[in-house]
Amino acid sequence: MTDIVIAGIGQTPVGEHWETSLRSLALQAIQAAIQDSGGLKPQALFVGNMLAANLSRQAHLGALLADYAGLTGIEAETVEAGGASGGAALRQGYLAIASGLVDVALVAGVEKFTDVIGPDQEAALATLTDADYEAVHGLTLTAQAALLTRRYMYENHVPAEGLAGFPLTAHANGAGNKNAMYRKTIALDAYQKAEPVSEPLNIFDVAPNADGAAALVLTRRELLPKGFPHPVVRLAASTIASDTLSLAERSDILWFNAAQESVEQVFQKAGISREQVDLFEYYDAFSIFAPLSLEAAGFAKLGKGWKMAGDGSIALTGQLPCATLGGLKARGNPGGATGVYQAVEAAMQVRGQAGANQIAGARYALIQCLGGSASIAVTHLLESMA
Amino acid sequence: MEIPRHWRLKQQRYGLIGEVCPHCDTKIFPPRDICPSCGQEAKTSFAFSGRGEVFSFTTIYEAPTGFDETAPYTVALVKLEEGPLVTAQLTDLGETGPEIGMPVEMVTRRLRSDGDERGMLIYGYKFRPVMKAAE
Repeated sequence: MTDIVIAGIGQTPVGEHWETSLRSLALQAIQAAIQDSGGLKPQALFVGNMLAANLSRQAHLGALLADYAGLTGIEAETVEAGGASGGAALRQGYLAIASGLVDVALVAGVEKFTDVIGPDQEAALATLTDADYEAVHGLTLTAQAALLTRRYMYENHVPAEGLAGFPLTAHANGAGNKNAMYRKTIALDAYQKAEPVSEPLNIFDVAPNADGAAALVLTRRELLPKGFPHPVVRLAASTIASDTLSLAERSDILWFNAAQESVEQVFQKAGISREQVDLFEYYDAFSIFAPLSLEAAGFAKLGKGWKMAGDGSIALTGQLPCATLGGLKARGNPGGATGVYQAVEAAMQVRGQAGANQIAGARYALIQCLGGSASIAVTHLLESMA
Repeated sequence: MEIPRHWRLKQQRYGLIGEVCPHCDTKIFPPRDICPSCGQEAKTSFAFSGRGEVFSFTTIYEAPTGFDETAPYTVALVKLEEGPLVTAQLTDLGETGPEIGMPVEMVTRRLRSDGDERGMLIYGYKFRPVMKAAE
């Protein structure tokens, strides 16, 4: 099969953009990505978004954003897979190019969280759980993560600060990313003193929901413009897998089966081994997702993923750098844009454009985003062709 | 108002009615018509006893609309004695907090208000610590 490449990347800073609308945020990222690609002309737009219909009373983002970006007339639609929406939109872009029916695809993730705050925002997020059997009992995504955390710590005898290294690493890395929401390192004692959110989670165990937009231009390698200015980045594999929507219906809640399935498929399709991965952008919407994702991906043994938080292996200089530009915890979690941010950041790493946070010689970057507690897992592998 | 969607779940909400697989005898809650264990059709009704134990739990302070008046409240995964896990609130906890492994039983309580001015109240299952029989 022909090489499918990420030709252009664009992103806005993640944060509370009170002055900027959903469409303006998306436009900034789209324009940046098209310019970065050397002016490629998209024939299709795949929008990753999870809650605009609820938070912004705005559905139908394909038409809205294609038109607003001056692309009226092209194919355009929204892809929704909960928190994995951005990754799923990238997957659709990949499929479109792989099919040969589209030459240049634009993938834009956008989320406008801050138009609604408080209980209404919690209610919107709760629509991503099972409405009849979870949300009706007052369960939230954060509480779901708390249930996982308590059980994980109980079964694996994890000490109280056993997961602290995940947010601490994320914040240390966020300090070097100008688009990150939080650019300050945090110390262990700040984590220890932090106020509880849903025990055993404290505020540092929960990535901040925020506004943001990121975009990618995909094409086939032979269609790159003459004098393309960047090292070429190939999408070496793209996979998506599903699990039960409700956490209670799993045979083992501490095993992210969809995450495991999608990662295994990536390694098979790309023909590489797990040891060749130079960095892993996992989906740390909550601290507990980091060890569960590391275990599902086979980077840690069952029940032992938490030990990677404290032994240095996920740091920028470690065996498997993770959340290299801050992850969800420090960069921020802009919902349906998050999976696209991961791809933008991974592309920066394999291009050698990650500045102070550059992983030396990064060739293979694994990225994964999750919908809910891994009800959907989307995994991509980016490869430097330089 | 979302009357039909709550009305049609009345058997589950008030009676903890699930299914049993006629092929492999797996007990299923909530009902889903296809057995998650063997993949065959499973439409035989099965009433759960309502007894189980706490598998995991947490407290919610920042609650969604419809629950914010009752926050903070405790949500748990309860492992029913017939096998399945179920998501539900814990109630009547008294002075002692919940613990993993604590025996609980189903009760019917108000789950939430519908958030509508007409104020439809939604009832369903919660779980409380098992009452000790009088000596």
